[in-house]
Amino acid sequence: MRADDPSLKRMVPPKLTTLERLYIPQILTGLAVTGRHILGAAVGGKAITVQYPEEQEVQPGLAVNLRDTKNYRGVHRLNKDDQGRVKCVACMLCATACPAHCIDIVGATAPDSWPDREKYCESFVIDELRCIYCGMCEEACPVEAIELTGFYDLTGLSREEMIFDKTKLLSVFDLTKDAEPLKYGQAPAGAASTTLAPADSAS
Amino acid sequence: MLVLIGILVKILLVVGITQGAVAYLILVERKIAAWAQDRVGPNRAGPFGLLQPLADGAKMLLKEDVVPKYVTVPLYILAPAVAIIAATIGFAVVPFGPVGAAAPELFGYKIDFQIAPSVDIGILYVLSVGSLGVYGVILAGWSSNNKYSFLGGLRSSAQLISYEIPLGMSILGMVLICGTLDLNSIVEWQDAHVWGVVAQPIGFLLFLISAFAETNRLPFDLPESEQELVGGFHTEYSAMKFGMFFLGEYLHVITVSYITVVLFFGGWDIPFVLDSSQSGWGFALLKTFVMLAKVGGMIVFIMWVRWTLPRFRYDTLMDLAWKSLIPLALINLLATAGIVQMIRG
Repeated sequence: MRADDPSLKRMVPPKLTTLERLYIPQILTGLAVTGRHILGAAVGGKAITVQYPEEQEVQPGLAVNLRDTKNYRGVHRLNKDDQGRVKCVACMLCATACPAHCIDIVGATAPDSWPDREKYCESFVIDELRCIYCGMCEEACPVEAIELTGFYDLTGLSREEMIFDKTKLLSVFDLTKDAEPLKYGQAPAGAASTTLAPADSAS
Repeated sequence: MLVLIGILVKILLVVGITQGAVAYLILVERKIAAWAQDRVGPNRAGPFGLLQPLADGAKMLLKEDVVPKYVTVPLYILAPAVAIIAATIGFAVVPFGPVGAAAPELFGYKIDFQIAPSVDIGILYVLSVGSLGVYGVILAGWSSNNKYSFLGGLRSSAQLISYEIPLGMSILGMVLICGTLDLNSIVEWQDAHVWGVVAQPIGFLLFLISAFAETNRLPFDLPESEQELVGGFHTEYSAMKFGMFFLGEYLHVITVSYITVVLFFGGWDIPFVLDSSQSGWGFALLKTFVMLAKVGGMIVFIMWVRWTLPRFRYDTLMDLAWKSLIPLALINLLATAGIVQMIRG
């Protein structure tokens, strides 16, 4: 773009008047702003913080406290299909995508009674301490088996406790399935909608 | 002998009360900081966080007192003591309530609400010991043998020579009008005429700005500068030595607030309600309380400003002091002197 381009908009810094150069009106305006905030938080109850252990976002009827998951990535869960089987097909895409290398999967040949897939995960372990909660695993998953939930108050007394195995990840699904349906439109196991055939998840 | 005991009791009271007040001022500061940022502030220790100062104090005393190997030990230890002493001895001439004729009596003795009553050079004394506080900062910065601390100390000395001149000259106007350097006489003059803030509005403004610099508070906390100097002069200090700098700073804030109230807000005076002819214990305590309330308001204002204005840059502070404050103070001084001369004939 040339200097005399007509579409160029020239911004001239505003020339300060003598009154403004004294800075006193500006300081008074600033004091008014902070004063409003101080009074608002001190007597108006306008403080925006939450007193955490006493006040929590609790959804009625749930065993765990969840955040709205539109923008929040919390503890993982392993989804089950509508027959109650783990959806994972042990393709290792999540473990490959994981930048923190916190997912460890041992695959096994699927039993003959599972015609929709060749493999399933015999063991599925996530180290929640290593995980950086980036959500790449759920993006990589082709069968919507792994998802991040809104479960946020994740604590433990030992490192071993924070390494989540398949049973624990599936139990997270049971805890959160009512509050958080599957992100990509499939109904959780046991819900009314059974229109999707099991074969769909492998296709 | 009784007089001596009386003075010792007064010293103990003043030192004890002000140092206790400092603990709670830190709580007030943290609360105001929180409110300005729409937070709640400390509220876990005791109701409304009222036990927080005790917890803070215990923490300061119990922490490990690290003295790094590379510091110049005698000066390193002397610096926080200087900071506290300089801030405390200023209280000697501050009138906390009625002094002189209006002072109440106890066992036939007049009880002046001032440790050293009727010091003729009250203001000069306050100014001189107040600026001693800078030695604490400079010594700390120099003895730490750390470039950040050193920069903080350097800034403090540059700041000192910038604001001390307007600070002194801003007070001179008030001294000229009242014709005295004794703080109590200045309060009595304001009681008889008008408050200093009406008689000397420019002087008040200059004094206020310089006072912020004197106490090392934002927007003039250049020696400290947490962001670019990692704490400045107190980077190398820990435990109670660090706490002593805090104590010194807040004591200084109290002293400066008292001086502001005495010089420009009429001390214990409320126009048309309180005047110097009222004596007795009831009025004495009422006047002391009025003065305390004004000082409290001033301290809250200082904290309020801290959370409003950003820090001045090094050179802009010098600009402000040398190019604006000193000429203004000179003009104010000349004008006041001329008017006073004309009125007195």
